Amino acid sequence: MFIGKVIGTVVSTLKHEIYNGRKLLLVKKLDPTFKPLKDSLIAIDTIQAGVGDIVLINDEGNSARQILNEENGCIRSLIVGYIDSVDLAE
Amino acid sequence: MILARVIGTVVATRKVKAFEGLKLMIVQPLDENIQPSGEPLVATDTQQSGPGQIVFYVASREASLPLPDPFNPSDATITGIVDSVDVQEG
Repeated sequence: MFIGKVIGTVVSTLKHEIYNGRKLLLVKKLDPTFKPLKDSLIAIDTIQAGVGDIVLINDEGNSARQILNEENGCIRSLIVGYIDSVDLAE
Repeated sequence: MILARVIGTVVATRKVKAFEGLKLMIVQPLDENIQPSGEPLVATDTQQSGPGQIVFYVASREASLPLPDPFNPSDATITGIVDSVDVQEG
C-alpha cells in the first residue's frame, strides 16, 4: 500500500461492467512527508473519499478483488483508508 | 488503473491463440495533466477504443481477467474509455 492524495475524478460511461456504480478517483502518489511523487493512477473509492483527501491506496489486484468481493474483477487500485496523520521517526 | 491515450493499433496475424479476435492497441500512459508519462505499451482492448481516445487500462494479472479466454498472456488491458478527467487539486 502507499500514501496518495485524491486530486480529481474520472468519468467513464463505456467501461467494463465491474466498474459500474463505483467511483473512479484520480490519485497522486505522495511520499511519507506528503510531497507529491511523479506517478498518479485511478483508484476505486470504497470510503467516500473526496478531492483533497490524503488516502491509503491498495495497488494489488488480489486483495482488491477480495475487498470488493469480485472474484474475476479486473481491478487493481483501491482507496482503502483515510489518513489522518503520519508520524515519522527522525 | 492507469490513464492513457490510444495512439495506434498493432496487427499481428501470428500470435498466441488466446489473443485471436482481440484488438491490440498501442497506448501512451498519461499523467494527471493528460501529458505523456512513461513509455508506450501494447494493451488488449475490451472497449472498442480508437486512436486518439483517452482510456484507462489495468495492468498485471488483472489484465487477463476480462478477456474471453481467461488463460491469456495479457498484462495490460483497456477496460474503460474516459469521458472526462476533472483535476481539482494539483
